[in-house]
This record gives sequence, structure tokens and C-alpha cells, in this order.
Amino acid sequence: MTAPLTASHATPAAGRETAIRLDGVSKMYGQGAAGLLALDGVSLDVAPGEFVCLLGASGCGKSTLLSLVAGLDRPTAGRIDAETGRVAMMFQEPALFPWLTVSANVEMALRARKGGEGSGKPARAERRARAAEFLEIVHLGAFGAKRPHELSGGMRQRVALARALAQDADVLLMDEPFGALDAMTRDLLHDELERIWRERNLSVLFVTHNVREAVRLGDRVVLLSSRPGRVVQDFPVELERPRRTDSAEVAGQAAAITDRLRQEVLRHGR
Amino acid sequence: MAVDTPAPQTGDRAGGDSALRDQGGALRDGAGQADIHARQIAGLDALELGTRRRTGLAVRVWAGLWPVASAVAIVLAAWQAVVLAGWWPEYVFAGPGTTLAELGRRLGEAEFYQAVAVTMRRAVVGFALAIATGLVVGALVSRIRPLRRAVGSLITGLQTMPSIAWFPLAILLFGLTESAITFVVVLGAAPSVANGLIAGVDYTPPLLLRAGHMLGLRRLSLYRHVILPASLPSFLAGLKQGWAFAWRSLMAGELLVIIANRPSLGEQLHFARELADSAGLLATMIVILVVGIGVDLLFGAADTALRRRWGLHQVTT
Ligand SMILES: Nc1ncnc2c1ncn2[C@@H]1O[C@H](COP(=O)(O)OP(=O)(O)OP(=O)(O)O)[C@@H](O)[C@H]1O
Ligand SMILES: [Mg+2]
Repeated sequence: MTAPLTASHATPAAGRETAIRLDGVSKMYGQGAAGLLALDGVSLDVAPGEFVCLLGASGCGKSTLLSLVAGLDRPTAGRIDAETGRVAMMFQEPALFPWLTVSANVEMALRARKGGEGSGKPARAERRARAAEFLEIVHLGAFGAKRPHELSGGMRQRVALARALAQDADVLLMDEPFGALDAMTRDLLHDELERIWRERNLSVLFVTHNVREAVRLGDRVVLLSSRPGRVVQDFPVELERPRRTDSAEVAGQAAAITDRLRQEVLRHGR
Repeated sequence: MAVDTPAPQTGDRAGGDSALRDQGGALRDGAGQADIHARQIAGLDALELGTRRRTGLAVRVWAGLWPVASAVAIVLAAWQAVVLAGWWPEYVFAGPGTTLAELGRRLGEAEFYQAVAVTMRRAVVGFALAIATGLVVGALVSRIRPLRRAVGSLITGLQTMPSIAWFPLAILLFGLTESAITFVVVLGAAPSVANGLIAGVDYTPPLLLRAGHMLGLRRLSLYRHVILPASLPSFLAGLKQGWAFAWRSLMAGELLVIIANRPSLGEQLHFARELADSAGLLATMIVILVVGIGVDLLFGAADTALRRRWGLHQVTT
């Protein structure tokens, strides 16, 4: 895997423009004493073409943060700018439409998208052909006619990935996308995702529990604290790509981050 | 990658045409690498997907048939037992033998089929109007919030109203006409249809709404591509219940609103009682029961097919 690196990835800070900018973002669920402060003053920038991994204990507000960036929910305080372009999201669950075939699920992303190259939505036959291409990327080309429930959990996640890619967005939000996969498929999809990210110059905000996965993929790993969620630390990952999840370098950096994460969790234990 | 690739059992699903896939902005680097990926994943997928066995047709037909057959046998036996007990004379309460013979005789007469045709036409027209009404009302109520508060519980209230209680008003409004019957059938069935749709819209999984939103679907397109399909199972349940109400209302109507020279099942019931024709009365009742069950089975089959398609039939009992 020796794809040429484009310049924008090597220097994400060039020009100081941002793909996503969170400025003092807080999110409160409920009100008053019964309310729950899920996020407290989170500030975070993602540069165009940057791959940022969000790491944190369960319930620390990672999904909340993504849905705020996606515009599915409004912050209680603070500002969010994600106006560079279209935003695609992969949810923690596959969130496929059970009444559609796998192919039609992907086609829905093509049908709904506006503008783009060639003005207007692609026609039916063309949509089908393009959906097949996206399914091929996640190695599910032969499963287009199946329904989501006929696939395994991991395969469904891959369909969700194909659907997110089909949106042709500039910003990709991913909420533990590979949680349901076995280690080997996950490795393969890491390679695929890295490749697509490079080719399309995507900005990615990637949520995970898995420290090694974060180090494997991210230009930066951002650690969140729990209740309320705050940015604890921002780890740049300067290892050369392509990386391997089971390499010593990745393990080394992961260990350092895990230590910090453990401190954070222990702080709550008391 | 020094991993043993399992033999790709599902053939060449991700085979050598990788160079052809490169139009949609999805460019591939080194075909060799991609091929290894594809083969590994194909191998893993083949492991994940088990093969399913299909049961034979005869076995399935028998499995569906024997509970029905034994239920019928039990009912016939109990019926015969009551007749043999001699609580009522045979001319008041006919036995299964006489009744089935009478039913057989009627099945050979044109008049019987005219009656069934009239009744079924009323049922179809009334039920179709009820579906249309229920759809419009349900769609409006589920979309418009203030309407929701005003009309929501009224619909449920209408559902609990016995349809026979509408007939005096219907007869006053329309006289002894087809319109009076249709009016009551629609009032009986439409609330169930509307409620089914409203419940379906209400219980559209929020996750699917969010997914639709992320795909760029808004308002009408979200309604068309997500909310309506998601509410289909609930709507179907509403239809099924609506049919039951429509059929009951129709029978009540045909007993009360008798139109000259237009034989119907309800009318046959009415005259059988007047003439103290016990066997005829029971034979008509059997026909009414069979039609009701038959249509219900159709809805049941539609429901099962839908659940199978969506993978909602996971629990088999
Ligand atoms: N709609 C909601 N209403 C009330 N509280 C909520 C809601 N959504 C999330 N929360 C709360 O906000 C906190 C953060 O939830 P969130 O789903 O963002 O966590 P997470 O970091 O994604 O967790 P996980 O890693 O387990 O997915 C949790 O304590 C949760 O209980
Ligand atoms: Mg989450």
C-alpha cells in the first residue's frame, strides 16, 4: 500500500481553515436539578482532510457530540461550525431501512443527495450501478439484493459504511463504526477507510472505545472525560502511515493514552 | 499479510473485474492487494452466513391444516352433543347434519350467490371508503399537532362506540338505503385504520428518522421514504382490525336495513328467524363466519409476508 500522500494530509494546519469547529460547546439533557450535563465546554477543531479520533469511557458524551456536529440536535451553549460542505454520519447502530434491500439502502443516499457533479440526482439505473460500486468497496458486491436482516451484524455495519460513503460528503462522522466486527475484518476495513479518506480528502471525526484503533487511524486522538464530557488531552499521532494495529509503535502510543484514560476513570471511582 | 485465506465458497463475487469499478469516485490502488482483501472478507462472510434448510410444501400445508381441521371437528362434536342432549327440539336448534345439508342445498342455488355478492360488494365499498377516510384523517392527525390534541382521543372514542348504536341516526339521515349501511360501516372501520396509521407514525424508530435526516431527506421526502414505510406493519394491523369492525357493522346493518328485492346474508338471517328456519339460519351464520375468517386470514398472510421480508419474524412459536 504505497499510495501517494497528498499535501493536505501532511500539513493539516495549512491556512488555518477548519472543517469542523466546536467552541465551548455544552449539552444539557433535561432541566434543573434533574438535568444531566453531557458535555461541558468542549472546544475542538478538525482541519480539512484531518482524521481525528475521539476516545472516552462509555457514557461520556461521544455520541452526543457527534449528533450535535451532525445538526441532529442543538447545543445548550457554545458554537458549532461545520459549514465546509456536506456531512455524512455513520451511527453506532447500522440504522439501515429494513424495508429496503441492501442496494436500495445505499441508493437512498444517492437519491437524496443534491447538486454535486453533473447537476441533479442520478437516474435510477445509474444509482443502482453506483450503489453496486460502493458495496464493492466494502466487499459486499454480491449482497445487494439481500435485506439487511439477512446479513450479520458486521456486514450491516459495512453496508452502513457504504451508504455513508455514497453521500459523497466532505465530512464523515463515525460512531464506533467497527465495534461489531471481528479483528481481521476490522483490520481490512481500517485499510479501506484510510484509503478512501486519502483519495477523497475527507475530514473524519471517528469515535471509538478502542485505544489501538484510535492510534491506528488518527492524526490526533482526543481524550474526553466523563460526566460532564470535557476535552482532557489531545494526543498527536505522528507515526508513519500505513500503520498496523499490532505493531509495536501503535501499541506504545496506545499504552500511553490508556494510562491517561485509566487515570480519568479512576478519578470517577472515588 | 501472512494470513491463510479461506477458500471463497461463494464463487467469484469479488473477482477480477476490480478495474471496472473505478468510475464512481471509488478508485482502487493495486489490484492484487484488493483481491486479497476481497477474498479474505468473502471467506469470513461465508463463515458468518449459515445455510438454511427449507421444509417441504406438503409438510407446511399439513402443519397449517391440522389445527384448523381438529378445531372444526371439536366444534361439530360439541354441537352434536348439545343437540343430542335434547334441551331444544330439533326444529328450534338444528343439528350439524341438517344444517350442513341445508348449506349444501343453498350452495347449489343462484340466489345464495346473489346474496353473497350483494353483501361482499357492500363490504368492499364500505371498507374501501373506510380505508380512504382513515388514511386521510390519520395522515392529517399525525402531521398536525393541534389537530392531534383535538381529534386524537375522539378517534379512540369512536372506536369503542358499538356500531349498532349509529343505525337509528343513519336511518334517520339516509332512510332505509345502501347509504345508511355504508355510513355505519365506514364509521365502524375508519377509526381503526386511522389509529393504525397514527400509531405507526408515532412509533417510527427515532434512529431511522435520524438516518433519513442525515441522508438529506426532509419533510415530504422523509415522510415518503421513511415514516410511511416504517408505519406499514402498524397500518396493516389497523386494517385487520378495521375489517373486523366493518364486517360486524355490515351484519348489524343488513339485519336492520332491509331493502326490498335485494337479498343479502343479513337479510337471509332475518327471514330465517321470522320463518323459524333453524337450519337455514345456522347455515347463513356459518357462511358469515367463514367469510370473516377468510378475509382475516388474508390479512394474516400479508402480515406474515411483511414480517418475513423485514426480518421481524425472529421468534418462532
Ligand atoms: N436523549 C437523551 N436524554 C437524556 N440523556 C441522554 C440522552 N442521550 C444521552 N444521554 C445521556 O448523556 C450521556 C452521554 O451519552 P452518549 O450517548 O453521548 O455517550 P457515549 O459517549 O456515546 O457512550 P457510549 O460509548 O456508551 O456509546 C449519558 O450519560 C446518557 O445517559
Ligand atoms: Mg455512543
